[in-house]
Amino acid sequence: MNVILVASLYAVLVISVLLTVTVFALWFERKFAARMQSRLGPTMVGPAGLLQPVADAVKLMQKEDIRPEGADWGLFNLAPILAALCAIGAAAVVPFSPNMVLSDLDLGVLYVLAIGAVTVLPVFTAGWASNNKFALLGGMRAVAQSISYEVPLLLGALVPVILAGSMNLSAIVRFQAEHHWLAVWPFFLGLPAFALFMLAMLAESNRIPFDIPEAESELVAGVTTEYTGMKFALFYLAEYVHTLVASAMAAVLFLGGWDGPFAPGLHWMLLKTFLLFALVYWVRWSFLRFRSDQLMRICWYWLVPAGVVLVAVAGVWVVYEG
Amino acid sequence: MSAVTNVLQITRRVDPHMAIDAYDPEAELMLLHFGPQHPSTHGVFRMDLYLDGEIVVKAVPYVGYLHRAVEKLCERLTYVQVTPVVDKNDYVAPMTNEQAINMAFEKMLGLEVPRRARWIRTIFAEMQRVASHLLWLGTFALDLGGALGGGSTVFVYCFREREMILDLFEEVTGARFHYNTHTIGGNRHDIPAGWSAKVRSAFDLIAARIEEYETMTLCNRIFVERTRGVGVLDGELALELGVTGPILRASGIDHDLRRDAPFHAYDEVKVNVVTATGGDCLARAEVRLGELRESIRLVLAMIDGIPEGPINAGRAIKQPAQAKIPAGQSYTAIETPRGELGTYVIADGSPNAYRLKIRPPSLHALSALPYILPGVTVSDAVAILGSLDPIMGEVDR
Repeated sequence: MNVILVASLYAVLVISVLLTVTVFALWFERKFAARMQSRLGPTMVGPAGLLQPVADAVKLMQKEDIRPEGADWGLFNLAPILAALCAIGAAAVVPFSPNMVLSDLDLGVLYVLAIGAVTVLPVFTAGWASNNKFALLGGMRAVAQSISYEVPLLLGALVPVILAGSMNLSAIVRFQAEHHWLAVWPFFLGLPAFALFMLAMLAESNRIPFDIPEAESELVAGVTTEYTGMKFALFYLAEYVHTLVASAMAAVLFLGGWDGPFAPGLHWMLLKTFLLFALVYWVRWSFLRFRSDQLMRICWYWLVPAGVVLVAVAGVWVVYEG
Repeated sequence: MSAVTNVLQITRRVDPHMAIDAYDPEAELMLLHFGPQHPSTHGVFRMDLYLDGEIVVKAVPYVGYLHRAVEKLCERLTYVQVTPVVDKNDYVAPMTNEQAINMAFEKMLGLEVPRRARWIRTIFAEMQRVASHLLWLGTFALDLGGALGGGSTVFVYCFREREMILDLFEEVTGARFHYNTHTIGGNRHDIPAGWSAKVRSAFDLIAARIEEYETMTLCNRIFVERTRGVGVLDGELALELGVTGPILRASGIDHDLRRDAPFHAYDEVKVNVVTATGGDCLARAEVRLGELRESIRLVLAMIDGIPEGPINAGRAIKQPAQAKIPAGQSYTAIETPRGELGTYVIADGSPNAYRLKIRPPSLHALSALPYILPGVTVSDAVAILGSLDPIMGEVDR
């Protein structure tokens, strides 16, 4: 009984903190994009428009819940909930500071990647259940893209696992705190693996230049075409949480997580996460979109072979230097 | 999958007028109604795309969702009243619409437009070309990159420069968009004092920024990957379909009415016609960016040399009785940002035209779609449509 109580308390804590962070990440992105485009961004709601995401959420809650004719009602409703659950669930194992990790799983890396892989299911479910051709095309693209980019993502994450000799995220950070950040040394392994991980992460979380499943200039809104109100908001939320968690993962795996001088671990972790998050949006508001066949070519011709080579070299390095 | 390859082999060879049953006897293809309510159909254009997976096998374009009976309206109104109506045809380049229709009436009246008015018209036309091509660049980037990404960054930048040109137009005509500044025989508004200096400084700035946009597009690997070899339009086919303007020049045909059949004051300045040979979306982008530079050069070269004199042939024509066009017929064409905009007028001596036909360049550009769309993906279909720069207002009239 006690265990369940503690677990649910933790869960509520993580979800509420994560959602709050996401809301302000949303504000940050809008301001960031606006400055890039020589605009002002939100200014009216709250100081410097800080409460704009709250206003948006309230607006979305008020919207009519439209049920498309011929949609598979059960799956149609289930998909956004699953999408949000998968995205938030991945946050459970991210170590924010030495003693701030919800669940210190020994297979943390595997868990995050597995949850990330499951994310494609609700997306495809949404595409199929909407009974809309644009949504179906979006779902089709999402499946192809996510499953392909799963491979380089895994290979990129394997490099720190091999170097640190553990799948436990806290252990990986402790290893980096004792030796070097993996992006610093061995840099010829750490940096390419970091780049590989970030690229695959962009594709996994459907970010430009890989936002092909959404592709609003081609597929209207991709899988979310038929979704309104809170259901759409859940997809939207899932997307942001996914990006946020993936940024945190990259910080943990390659940039030493909570490790850093002068400030408490949590500060360093949040700083690194937000820097990577900003990088994702910098890319997003600068680049155009690839076509799906070009995307596949990049994955299978370049990223996967590069990942295999990196993993092999990491193995050799560990044997002879470690 | 064998059916797929068969279908594609057929589409490469067979003309697009073949019925869909011939491609797809067992109705295995997915019919996607692309538009009219779709974010990237540039208005209310509709294509029926027959898809095999994501590959377009057959494309059937439908126009007419924006039909407002402009030609009939022009026949009911007197010659003087027509100008503000045709403004709304090509709503991205209204100046050139006015010029085209008034030139047609002037030709039938045998009116000689004063030299100052012709210079001002030329400058207006070139400024309008810059504004129109900037808008095209922005929307094309939107088509390639989406409203929630890098595409919208280019879009906002291009709009910023276009605003500067609209401000300049506003200062002369009082309107930002539907100017009604051309009349039969000349212009309604003379340029105000100090306007030339403003044009010069604005266009110097735009010229510098065009360099940046070229870096953001033509030097961007993703942009080039998305456009090279996509939607190749053969020069011969383009001629056959009546495609004109930048699309024709991108297909290697060196044709520009500004040089080949000079109107306004184009006989007094040298126009360097920009051409490319690829015929694909990249070539169209190159041609339009080249024309941007060329138009900026023309504006800067002409703005200080505007001759003195009247801006109207005699009095400004305001009454229908003053524009008594004798019975007869004529065809007048000018080069707008989108190509050859023709006006065919049959007059019967009354204050309004017996028949007035407008030949919009965008309609002919769209007619190439069924030929170049088969075999590309849905993503490329959007890019190709964007590269044709259709304005539905003038397509449907």
